[in-house]
Amino acid sequence: MSDDARRLHPVDVVIVGGGWAGSIMAKEMTEAGRSVVMLERGPDRSTAADGAYPASIDELEANFRYKLFQDLSKNTVTIRNNSQQTALPYRRMAAFLPGEGVGGAGLHWSGVHFRMPPDDLRLRTRVIEKYGAKFIPEGMNLQDYGVSYEELEPFFDKAEKVFGTSGEAYMVKGQVVGKGNVFSPSRSDHFPLPALKDVYTAHLFRKAAEEVGFHPYSLPAANASRQYINPYGVQMGPCNFCGYCSGYACYMYSKASPNVNILPVLRRHPLFELRAGCHVLKVELDTDGRRATGVTYIDPDGSVVTQPAEMVILTAFQFHNVRLMLLSGIGKPYDPVRNEGVVGRNFVYQNVTTSNVWLDRGIDTNQYIGAGGGGVAFDDFNSENFDHGPLGFVGGSPVWVNQAGVKAIAAAHSGGPPGTPRWGSAWKAGMIDTYRHSLRIDAHGANMAYRDVYLDLDPTWKDACGQPLLRMTFDWKDNDIRMNRYVVDRIGDVAKAMGARRVNLTRREFGKPFDTRQYQTTHLGGGAVMGSDPGTSALNRYLQSWDVHNVFVIGANAFPQGTGYNPTGMVAALAYWAAHHIRTTYLAHPGPLAG
Amino acid sequence: MAWGKRLCLLAGILTAVVMGMPPARAQDMAQDHQAYDQAGDDAITRGEYMARAADCAACHTVPGGAPFAGGMAFHLPTGTLYAPNITPDRQTGIGQYSEAEFSRALRRGIRRDGATLYPAMPYPSYARLTDADVHVLYVYFMQGVKPVPHAVVQDGMSWPMSMRWPLSIWRMLFAPDPKAALRDMDRRTFADPLVARGSYLVEGPGHCGACHTPRALTMQEKALTAVDGPLYLSGGDAVDGWRPVSLRGENRTGLGRWNEHDIVRFLATGRMPLGAAFGGMTDAIGHGTQHMTDDDRLAIARYLKTLSPTAPAVAQGWIYDPAVTDALRAGDVSARGARAYVDSCAACHRTDGRGYPTTFPPLAGNPVVMDPRPDSLIRIVLEGNTLRATRQAPSAFVMPGFATRMDDKTVADTVTFIRAAWGNDAPAVTVADVARIRRTLSPEHPPVSLPMN
Repeated sequence: MSDDARRLHPVDVVIVGGGWAGSIMAKEMTEAGRSVVMLERGPDRSTAADGAYPASIDELEANFRYKLFQDLSKNTVTIRNNSQQTALPYRRMAAFLPGEGVGGAGLHWSGVHFRMPPDDLRLRTRVIEKYGAKFIPEGMNLQDYGVSYEELEPFFDKAEKVFGTSGEAYMVKGQVVGKGNVFSPSRSDHFPLPALKDVYTAHLFRKAAEEVGFHPYSLPAANASRQYINPYGVQMGPCNFCGYCSGYACYMYSKASPNVNILPVLRRHPLFELRAGCHVLKVELDTDGRRATGVTYIDPDGSVVTQPAEMVILTAFQFHNVRLMLLSGIGKPYDPVRNEGVVGRNFVYQNVTTSNVWLDRGIDTNQYIGAGGGGVAFDDFNSENFDHGPLGFVGGSPVWVNQAGVKAIAAAHSGGPPGTPRWGSAWKAGMIDTYRHSLRIDAHGANMAYRDVYLDLDPTWKDACGQPLLRMTFDWKDNDIRMNRYVVDRIGDVAKAMGARRVNLTRREFGKPFDTRQYQTTHLGGGAVMGSDPGTSALNRYLQSWDVHNVFVIGANAFPQGTGYNPTGMVAALAYWAAHHIRTTYLAHPGPLAG
Repeated sequence: MAWGKRLCLLAGILTAVVMGMPPARAQDMAQDHQAYDQAGDDAITRGEYMARAADCAACHTVPGGAPFAGGMAFHLPTGTLYAPNITPDRQTGIGQYSEAEFSRALRRGIRRDGATLYPAMPYPSYARLTDADVHVLYVYFMQGVKPVPHAVVQDGMSWPMSMRWPLSIWRMLFAPDPKAALRDMDRRTFADPLVARGSYLVEGPGHCGACHTPRALTMQEKALTAVDGPLYLSGGDAVDGWRPVSLRGENRTGLGRWNEHDIVRFLATGRMPLGAAFGGMTDAIGHGTQHMTDDDRLAIARYLKTLSPTAPAVAQGWIYDPAVTDALRAGDVSARGARAYVDSCAACHRTDGRGYPTTFPPLAGNPVVMDPRPDSLIRIVLEGNTLRATRQAPSAFVMPGFATRMDDKTVADTVTFIRAAWGNDAPAVTVADVARIRRTLSPEHPPVSLPMN
């Protein structure tokens, strides 16, 4: 206990982290009549301040000085590839970009908004059904979520309506209704907005993928294809394909964010209070550690204060949730040697490589335009949509052209094709040719969980508050590399059908370790996963701590293993799912919801 | 500002012509001291509603300050006028007012001590308030408003406007007698009771004419009711640099193409498909109309739709003309201001000028854009504007100001382009017009408080 901390007036619910999960939980809890304090470490943010055109579309400030992202000088993680190494702090943004400030990752994200494939939710069961238990590689902690697509469907639907998601359905209520993803499950309703229009590269990719025999579809995007009013009554403007999505507050109010889509209503609610600039140190537990009594945090003046609450909901970024559990003693820390304990277990990432295709010089690919969530994908090699038997890997990878707007510095930074000089007239010619006539195709593969890939507290390094940093132990596995190489070859097939002048297929190499200096993706997952077995999951299927019943932990930390899709849609649905069970069951009868 | 200059002029005229006339005296006071302390919560609630309908807070509440504690400053060339404290505080507010004194101040512009109120207080309109509404207002201000000790010293006006007695002359000449006003109101017949209600709300508590009706040289509104003729609500002089548009039926520059539903929606949310609120109307919606009932908003709308155009239409009604859109889409930016428009405006207002109605307002066919005087349009371009959240529309939208990015010529070119494109037919704007408006910009820019969505 922090005995000398000033104690504030108790509230019903304290929420740690002001992103999507926090805002959804705050909205739901105030709807249930509970008083809510939402604590956010970073500054308050809004479109008017952070998205004011034209200052907001400053690539240097946004994408190279990381305006909306975490201040790594105060708090970061340490990283190593395996447990024999000594981890060192991640001091410069590169491989992944955690956000900071109100809106969190939900403000700086791109807007790709997926539902989790049904098979991914029960991947262990499905793999054993299809290929037998022996198919699961040694050391892979393959698990089920403990919740089904059917159970989550109303909450996927709700999240799409709140986000104003643009897309085309394939199947609604069991009837084929459109040209959506043929592998996607039936939906209770259409997307609230029609799909964004294809940019030219996505159009070419769609045509070529069809020719090869794949099943292209429009990426579901939380970039509004039209202006929109969501169920909370808030308005979004329409996306104009300016391309300033990822890393930016959208000046058109068209990229869904907690700031635009939920907080305008919450901020007016008398039961809601947002406190920005408040860094939570730990969740306080009662003497026997079975019940949370509130949280202790550092307020903007630097004072340590305790906010008592009946319930604590952790909704920080994936690894911050895991770290807060470890710092607070909620759940048993994971021990990789014994493969016991649950907090830090099943830490996963995403298996992304980007290949480049050059078209004829008569074809301008207009890469400067785009929408963060827009584009065309095919799922023929995602999830359990194909036979993994002869391929020898678990999980899958969607493939897509997600042209999100290539900005000037980024274009110069990437330069020309491999082998092009990094300076001089040859560099310039290569860069111009690439910027004008090429396109990018991503293999967006899932990353499976392994026994020796995990999170724990670093024994050496501490943050600005003197608390241990979180340590990541991560490396790519052969499963990732086999998956990537197989799927990237399929990109080669499509590139050929596009009439590519030149192709640069980027494949993961066996034996090449995870490199923190190269941007991968910010789609980190696991570490405090949900499930049906307290021995292998930190949270039950309602995202409630198995050990401390009045603590709920919402985020991608709950994913037992990685997925080929972007995580936000699943995080939002899980938030609504957990909130539903808190509202309908927990509030009346506080206690474990599963057991 | 025009208003202040006129006050100055008015003072001069009155001082010269009618010197020596006595101020109003206490015998004007009625003696009906009603026992307000017996009034129930219902009267307080209705009084609060009327205070919103009358938009008292717009002047008497400083943003972020205690309700009705006064102090809001009105900067005029003749000095600074401060809105008084109208909380029931006995020393610094109106706590000692009897209901009769309250009624006299409201409807006749006479303070408790007999002095005349500056006509910034719209008593020529409030003269039309019914006894019942004055009563509930009194109950609300005495029992529903928290007394706040806050002395507002009226020491900002310079001579001769620092003197109250010339105002009395003005009041006697131009402010209607409440009894006569009520009689006039009773004489009017309305086939539709909603229109009757609307006329009361607009001409009385709503005091829409205070901004939207032109004023004479001596500052009185040229018409106080619909009966007074077609100048009523035909568009006012600039208020705080914003030019209130006509609320009559002109096709291009008035509400000719707004239907009842549009007006209702506008009053509730500040936004409707043909335009969005700005300037002083933002406060009128924020304090006032968003809190009204749908029935009252409909009454206002139906009444406004009975107001004919000021002058017979000479120009053809506005029809969308796609020529400019076609040119821009073909990459032709040779027209004056076209390039700046495409670079800085088209992302939201689109090359077709239609915007994204209720989110980003259209410029094509927008009455504000076609106003003969371009003041509001220039000012919005320079300063930006915030469409504030309301109860029914929780999202605010902010247009950035371009004052720091565009010189006067670029602004003049852009505004000229907007005023002549897509069927709009307003005259060109000069660099001098822009320079004049730029000089009046608020030093508090960007505004201290921005919406948080």
